[in-house]
Amino acid sequence: MLDYILKRVFQLVPALLLVSVVSFSIIYFAPGDPAEVLCTGPDGNVHPKSVEEFRIKMGLDKPLHIQYLIWLNNVLHGDFGYSYRSEKPVFDHIKRAFKATFKLSVVSLIVSLVISIPLGIVSAIKQNSTMDVSCMVGASLGVSMPNFWLGLLLMLLFGVYLNWLPVAGYGTGGDLEHIILPAITLGTGSAAVTARLMRSSMLEALGQDYIQTARAKGVSERVVIGKHALKNALIPVVTMVGLNFGYLLDGSVVVETIFGWPGLGRLIVDSINMRDYMMIQGCMVFVAILFVAVNLIVDISYRYIDPRICYETA
Amino acid sequence: MINLKTHFPTPDGIVRAVDRIDLSIREKETFGLIGETGCGKTVLGLTIMRLLPPSAAVEGKIIYKGKNLLEVSEPEMRGVRGEEIAMILQNPTTSLNPVLRVGEQIAEAIRLHQGLNKRDAKEKAIEMLGSVRISSPSRRTSEYPHEFSGGMKQRVMIAMGLACDPSLIIADEPTKGLDVTIKAQIIELITKVTEEKAMLLITHDLGVAMELCDRIALMYAGELVEYATAREIFDDPLHPYTRGFLGSLPNRGLVPIHGMSPSLIDLPRGCRFHPRCKHATEACRRKHPDMVEVEAGHFVRCFDA
Repeated sequence: MLDYILKRVFQLVPALLLVSVVSFSIIYFAPGDPAEVLCTGPDGNVHPKSVEEFRIKMGLDKPLHIQYLIWLNNVLHGDFGYSYRSEKPVFDHIKRAFKATFKLSVVSLIVSLVISIPLGIVSAIKQNSTMDVSCMVGASLGVSMPNFWLGLLLMLLFGVYLNWLPVAGYGTGGDLEHIILPAITLGTGSAAVTARLMRSSMLEALGQDYIQTARAKGVSERVVIGKHALKNALIPVVTMVGLNFGYLLDGSVVVETIFGWPGLGRLIVDSINMRDYMMIQGCMVFVAILFVAVNLIVDISYRYIDPRICYETA
Repeated sequence: MINLKTHFPTPDGIVRAVDRIDLSIREKETFGLIGETGCGKTVLGLTIMRLLPPSAAVEGKIIYKGKNLLEVSEPEMRGVRGEEIAMILQNPTTSLNPVLRVGEQIAEAIRLHQGLNKRDAKEKAIEMLGSVRISSPSRRTSEYPHEFSGGMKQRVMIAMGLACDPSLIIADEPTKGLDVTIKAQIIELITKVTEEKAMLLITHDLGVAMELCDRIALMYAGELVEYATAREIFDDPLHPYTRGFLGSLPNRGLVPIHGMSPSLIDLPRGCRFHPRCKHATEACRRKHPDMVEVEAGHFVRCFDA
């Protein structure tokens, strides 16, 4: 098992290197110059002297490949550099933003699972019933409803008309009352997809011969569904939920923006607007690492839910 | 079973999978039900277990120890399944749950019906695996079905069926898909473990039935066409279908029965076998023959007998 994990981690190295090269060069070729953006005075004029000073200070006067190598060396030593804008360490920004995003992601995931798994199972058991049809229509609506629109509706209802919850913001540290609306907004979208998958894989499992075997043993319908069918039906669902969680952790720009949530998605967009190169690169690499790590965890968790998968011999 | 019918309404018409079947299985008897693929054998087994989808329309009576199984409540029926009547389903490869340990799959019924705790049930499961001659059973109970070969999976299925010491076992094609040596071993095993039990053996393999069964019934297109002791079926078959079936055995000349068995939706008028029968007369084409007792305990559905 440990061998497998080490092997997988080792395989990640080239992928991450590629990500770093690509993100580094895309930013370089993109129009706009951080020195000019930052050194534009309140009068709208660029001060050539301070631009020059800034370039030298931040190492932007050196050739691209030298810049890349310096940066890579620093990153390998745990130093993501300093934000051009705030002049604070990039890593501190990422840490703070990630904490916010992580909180939101976990709550969204819980919202999504609490809605989707029971609905998917019920729809499968009562296939083609009114319940099933209304669940699946609801799921279609959930998939096709854009996040920003749902977010605004929720805001309007609970924040403005009912005045139960704050419209937006982060509170003192991502308080529960602030997290509810964005979490529901993010959670329902993925719940719709998960519920549909849960339903179809549950239906597939219920049609298998081993379900007949379980029934022939005299096992109650509850146990047939909850134990024999569910364990099999969850395998594809875990994959999708895992990948979904990976996307959630990267931060949702739209939802974070409308709810004023200081997460990763917003940090990235703000940094791009400000041509904050160091920050963008740091975020890109961080998000890449995060994504592959979540994938690795999903792969490892397979072993525990599907005994047919054996990594040692694979 | 008295006048048992199982029909499935479908958009194309009613599928008469089991049609007016009367038969009785005695205590400790091995009863063979033989027929071609698609003649309704498995449906008959599932009807007894009440494991058919709700769309199936079942009529008639299934009397087991004085009770009509078609009338008992669902919770009561769950007490019968596995405990009183066990069914060994066909295709052991797909009939075992791939994500549950083999021991757990056997122990589940033991816990449920005999009220043993987890540890004792596991002990019993190990014992059952040993009794179907799987080596080092205590280690193998914690393995998963994919770690077992086809023959061993079949043994597990048998162990599972026997776990609660049922008085009737319905075995659906227990030797299907096994190679000859494994098949012989499984037959030997079944003979041994079912000595004290009644068994309904569903198979299309006449050789296996001859070896295992006391009495045999032949099923054709949803109805029984002949039934008698195994010896009489073998020595003195009366129905042309039985003769054809025997004639198609390798040691009897490997002569196939011509034609296809009819669709269960669109059954031929008269005798259901007449389109494939060499001796068919005008009467066979027009009238449906009844089951007639030609000798004591030997029933046949043919005008010619």
